Amino acid sequence: MAKEITIRKGFDIRLEGAASRQITDLPVSDIIAIKPPDFPGIIPRLLVAPGDEVRAGQPLFYDKNLPDLRVTSPVSGEVADVVRGDKRRILEVRILVDKTDRRYLDFPAADPASLSRQDIIRHLLDSGCWPYIRQRPFSLLANPADTPRDIFVSCLDTAPLAPDLTFIIEQEMDAFKTGLTALGRLAEGRLHIGVGRHSPRSLEAFGNVHVFTGPHPAGNVGIQIHHVNPIRKGDVVWYVHPQDVIIMGRLFREGRYRPDRVVALTGSCVTTPQYYRVVTGQQLSALTEGRLKGLFTRLVQGNVLTGQTTTPADFLSFYTQQLTAIPEGNEPEFLGWLLPGFGKLSLSRTFFSWLKPGRTYALDTNTHGEERAFVMTGQYDRVLPMNIYPVYLLKAILAKDLERMEQLGIYEVAEEDFALCEFVCTSKIDVQRIIAEGLEYVRKEG
Amino acid sequence: MKIARRLVDSVKPHFDKGGRFEKLHPAFDALETFLFVPGRTTAQGVHIRDAMDLKRTMFTVIIALIPPLLFGMWNVGYQHHRAFGMEASLLDNFLFGFWKVLPIIVVSYAAGLGVEFLFAIRRGHQISEGYLVTGLLIPLTLPVTIPLWMVALAAIFCTVLGKEVFGGTGMNFMNPALLARVFLFFAFPAYMSGDIWTDLSPEPGRTVVDAWSGATNLVTFDSNYRQISSVSDMFWGFEQGSIGETSVFACLLGALLLIGTGVGSGRIIASCFAGALLMGLLLNALAPADLPNHPMHTPAYYHWLMGGFAFGAVYMATDPVSAAQTETGKWIYGLLIGAFTVLLRVFNPAYPEGVMLSILLMNVFAPLIDHLVVERHIKNRIRRA
Repeated sequence: MAKEITIRKGFDIRLEGAASRQITDLPVSDIIAIKPPDFPGIIPRLLVAPGDEVRAGQPLFYDKNLPDLRVTSPVSGEVADVVRGDKRRILEVRILVDKTDRRYLDFPAADPASLSRQDIIRHLLDSGCWPYIRQRPFSLLANPADTPRDIFVSCLDTAPLAPDLTFIIEQEMDAFKTGLTALGRLAEGRLHIGVGRHSPRSLEAFGNVHVFTGPHPAGNVGIQIHHVNPIRKGDVVWYVHPQDVIIMGRLFREGRYRPDRVVALTGSCVTTPQYYRVVTGQQLSALTEGRLKGLFTRLVQGNVLTGQTTTPADFLSFYTQQLTAIPEGNEPEFLGWLLPGFGKLSLSRTFFSWLKPGRTYALDTNTHGEERAFVMTGQYDRVLPMNIYPVYLLKAILAKDLERMEQLGIYEVAEEDFALCEFVCTSKIDVQRIIAEGLEYVRKEG
Repeated sequence: MKIARRLVDSVKPHFDKGGRFEKLHPAFDALETFLFVPGRTTAQGVHIRDAMDLKRTMFTVIIALIPPLLFGMWNVGYQHHRAFGMEASLLDNFLFGFWKVLPIIVVSYAAGLGVEFLFAIRRGHQISEGYLVTGLLIPLTLPVTIPLWMVALAAIFCTVLGKEVFGGTGMNFMNPALLARVFLFFAFPAYMSGDIWTDLSPEPGRTVVDAWSGATNLVTFDSNYRQISSVSDMFWGFEQGSIGETSVFACLLGALLLIGTGVGSGRIIASCFAGALLMGLLLNALAPADLPNHPMHTPAYYHWLMGGFAFGAVYMATDPVSAAQTETGKWIYGLLIGAFTVLLRVFNPAYPEGVMLSILLMNVFAPLIDHLVVERHIKNRIRRA
C-alpha cells in the first residue's frame, strides 16, 4: 500500500472561477503556432520553411546542442510564417491548419512493455514527444543521453483554480497507463507517481505510488521529489505532466503524435469556467472569445502563481494546462492599508477576512503595497514545505555566493516552489525572479 | 475620496521627474502612498499578492500599542494625584496624563520622521514605514518627566545612527526605539533615574505627601524584595515607571493581538518569559539562605511583573529586523533575553532596567545565533546527502 505523505506547510488560495467538470471539444483554430521560447535552454534550428507542407508529428525544428531533440508539428497544414524577434531569435513557427481531417505521420504502434529502453527513447524523440520530459535541477528539457535517478509524475495539482488532474486522467485512462509503462521502462523501475487522496489508486502496478495530502504546494513535483528523495548535487530527476503522459500513451497505442489536451479556463473573469479539449498551439482567442467578462482583464497562461501574462492573440504554450482570467487591479485604493478588508485575502490575520475561512476570493492583480527590504521573518517558512531556509537561500543568491547556494539547497528548488513565498511576502519581493537568477547562475558557473 | 484623488493627481506632476519639486519626490510619494494604496499591478512572477504590506504590519503594531498607551496616560495622572494625596476621577487622571504624554509623542514623531524624510530626499529612496512604530515606542519607554528636547535628540540619534546609516528600515541590527532609550539612559542619567517617574508639577495648595517615595520596584527590590508593590498592582500596572511599561495586563492584550494576527512572533514572547522564569528559579535555588532579603530570593515570576519586562518582551524583542530570524534561533534569542534580564536586575543594581540592555545585547548576538542555526542546518543537509 502506498505511503501517505502529509504536507503541513503551505496555503490553499481559494479563488472564484473554478472549472466545472465539463469538457467541450473546440475546433482547431485557423492558425496554430509552436513557440521555441517555451522550451528552456533549447537553441532552435529550423527544419521547415514557409510554404512547406507538414503533417502532424513532422519535425519543425531541432536543438542545436542535441540534434536528436526535435519539436514536431501538432497538426497538418502549411507552414505559414516564422516569427522572429530581436537578433532574429525565432519566436513562433506558425502553421496554417488543414481544413480537412488531420493527416498524421505514421509511427509504429507498439506495447512499450515489449520495447527496450533505447527503442522507447528513439520513439519519443522521433515523434516529438521527448520535450514533454523535463529534468530537475533547473527545469530544463531532459537529455536523452542521461540516465535519470528517478522519474516523477505528479497526478495532483494544488495551485489556485488548478485543473482536476484525476478528472482529466480518467478521460483517457488507457493511454495514461500506456504512457506510464513507457516511462517505467525509461526509469528502469524508478518511476514515482504522486497522487492525491482522490486520485486513481490503480496505478501501483506502474511505479511507486506516493499519496500526498495537504495544502498547496503539495502537488508541485519539486515538493514531492523533496519528500520522497531529495536531489543532491549531480543528481538528475526527470518529470512529466500527466497530460503529457497521455500524449505519449497515444503515441504507443495509436502510432501517431496527437497532442490534444484538456485545458481548464478558470478565474473570476470567465463567464462559465470549464474544461476545453484543444490542440497544443491553438490560438487562445478560440478559447476565450465570448467567454470572458470584465473591463480590464488579465489573461494568464497557467495559474495565477506561476503563469505568464498573455493575450487572446497568443497561442497555447507547450506546457499550458490552464488559462486564468482575473481582473487587473490598477485602481488606487483610498487608505487601503487601513480598511478592515473583508474581501482581502491574507495569510496573516490582519484583515478581517480571516473570520470566514472557507470563502473564495475574486482577487485582482494589485500588489497591495510597494517593495521594501526584508522585514518580516518566518513568513516564507510557513508556506515552503522543504528542509530549506528560504531567506538565507535568497540572500546567498543575491550575493552570488555559489558555495552557499549549493549548501542551502539550490538544486532542489524551482521557481514554482517559491511562488507562495512571493505571494505572502509583506515586502513584495520578486522571490521567483531571484530564484530563477540563482538557478541560471548555478547552471552557468557551477 | 475622489476629491483627495483629484488633489493628489493635480500636484503630482510637480514632484515627478522634471517637475519643480522633483527632489521632494520621496516625501510626496510617502504621503501619496499613505493616502492611496498605489494602483500598481504585478509585472512578473505571481499575478496576485497577499493583501498585507508593511504599512498594514506597522499599523497592526500601533493598534497593539494602544492598550499600554491608554493605560499609561491614565497611570501618569493617577500617580501624580496619588503623590499629592488627591482623589481624582478616571477621566481626570486620564486627561492629566493625556496632556503630559501627547507632546512627547508629537515631538518623537516630528523629530524621527523629519530625519527619515531628510534621508529619503537626500538619497532619493522611498520612505519606509518603520518609524511609525518606533515613534510611538520611544515615548512609551520614557519617564513622563523627560524634557522634550531630549526626546527629540533621542529620536534623531536612533534614526540616524540606529537605522539610516545602515540603510534604513530592514537593515538595522539593533532596535531603534531601545537605542533611543539607552542613549538617554547613558547620556542623561540624572533624567533617567531617581525620582523622575511621577510628574510632580505643583498642585495649588498641595504638597507631596510624606509617605510618597519615587523609587520604582526595580530599585526597591535590590535592597528588599518584600517591600515592592503587590503582585496585583504590578500586574494591572498601578505603579511608577516609564509611561507604557507599568501594566503587564495591557502588554498581554497587545501580545494577544500581535500573535493572533501573526505580526509578532509568539515564539519570541514565550521564550523571553520562559527564560526569565528559568533564570529566576535557578537564582532562587542558589540564593544565600542567611540573607532572607537578598534579591536572589525574589520569586521568579516577579520578574515578569516588575519594570518593563513584559513591554520589552512583547514589543521590543519581537522586532523582526533586529531579532533572530530562524525559527530555532528565535527560541534561543528569547530565552537568553529573559535570562540576562534577570541576571542584570539581580546582580547589577546600577542598571535597574535589565530588559533594555539584554534585548540590545541579544540584538547584537542575533546574527550569530542565526549563523549557528544555519550552519547546523547545512551540516545536517550534508550528512543527509
